[in-house]
Amino acid sequence: MTTTTITLNVNGKSVETTIEPRELLIHVLRDRLDITGPHIGCETSHCGACTVDIDGRSVKACTLFAVQAQGSDITTIEGLGDPDKLHVLQEQFKEHHGLQCGFCTPGMITRAHRLLQENPNPTEEDVRFGIAGNLCRCTGYQNIVKAVLAAASEINGAADKEATRESAA
Amino acid sequence: MIPGTFEYHQPDTVQAALALLNELGDDARVLAGGHSLIPMMKLRLAMPEHLIDLRLINDLKFIRIESEMVHVGAMTTQHELIDHAELAQRVPIIRETSLQIGDPQIRYQGTIGGNVANGDPGNDMPGLMQCLDATFTLLGADGEREVPAREFYEAAYFTARDDMEILTSIRFPVSSGGYAYEKQKRKIGDYATAAAAVLLRKADDGSSCAFASIAMTNLADTPIYCEDASQLLQDQGVTDSSIEAAVDSCIASIEPVDDNRGPVEFKKHAAAQITRRAIKTAWSRT
Repeated sequence: MTTTTITLNVNGKSVETTIEPRELLIHVLRDRLDITGPHIGCETSHCGACTVDIDGRSVKACTLFAVQAQGSDITTIEGLGDPDKLHVLQEQFKEHHGLQCGFCTPGMITRAHRLLQENPNPTEEDVRFGIAGNLCRCTGYQNIVKAVLAAASEINGAADKEATRESAA
Repeated sequence: MIPGTFEYHQPDTVQAALALLNELGDDARVLAGGHSLIPMMKLRLAMPEHLIDLRLINDLKFIRIESEMVHVGAMTTQHELIDHAELAQRVPIIRETSLQIGDPQIRYQGTIGGNVANGDPGNDMPGLMQCLDATFTLLGADGEREVPAREFYEAAYFTARDDMEILTSIRFPVSSGGYAYEKQKRKIGDYATAAAAVLLRKADDGSSCAFASIAMTNLADTPIYCEDASQLLQDQGVTDSSIEAAVDSCIASIEPVDDNRGPVEFKKHAAAQITRRAIKTAWSRT
């Protein structure tokens, strides 16, 4: 059995782990690195529960060998906020009841985070199309979309205030 | 779902990848975006002993538009195709099609090279490439050769690419005029129940049809370039009756099979609707 040692930058922290090439990224994150935010839903590239951000792209971690992520910057839900200081998306999911059972939530928020980085002013249609790779089996899409839109306007509101402050100064 | 064991190779030049492929022979598979091969490996329907990942080969990642010709490197992702402003303007059907492939996560990883070389009848790019009359460049031990997209597909998963060759780039002409890629699917991320790519150009007289090209996806074990229907629209112009004749000709050239996307009659019905709609949309955009 051939193993290889890879280095990943996960949530701003460099980690080294020795793996077999056939290990999927989601298994390495969860079972070797104890990063259990990204979930295993379908394990067949359909549901998006395992979505993580790799070098600025939303990726289903069940459809990538960990060895392919060598040297990459990976952000999981653990890297977006913490219980004392929620990320604005987490805050808005809470506010708008954007989660029911919560199983899809880490993937939803990680995906929504990248969507808002690429498109800070999405329409409702943009949000629905942009999170189409993530399934919610509680079918709570209505509130998920509301939460993402609310997060966008909160981020933009904060940016507007910042710009006003800067131009005043 | 744990794939079988394999050795992983990560060459950083095409030449190194090709040398590995020829050295390792039938035991090796080339990996592009991985969204067809990795699922097959998880199901152990594919069990290569060696995987040659092309992800670090920067020479395979480019989009160049020069002399009215578009050149795309095989490792260019669907996301990069969608995001390319000049490509969206010069060949808008590429963006329209790419947006209908998979879902956002799949489009960040999935490549045009993998999509065309895999030979899966469900992939959207092969039909589109036939519609655009694209040419594929294949690199083998004896050097490069070129194969037109319209001659590349032999049967499901069987193409003109030799196992010891790597598809390195794709080129197709820029397309002025009307375009449409219409795809009927059960849900986001699904392959097409029926899909049609159409390009149309109006003649200088402002009413007759100077150019027509129609190709269909997932309605036979290869993509289908509908030469007769394309010729018919070019000869007769685009009218209600010529559209119906072209649709009939397209339906006569497909061979859909009964599967979980529906029985043959349903697929023919869906294909006719999709093709009719694609022709009308493309003509309205000329």
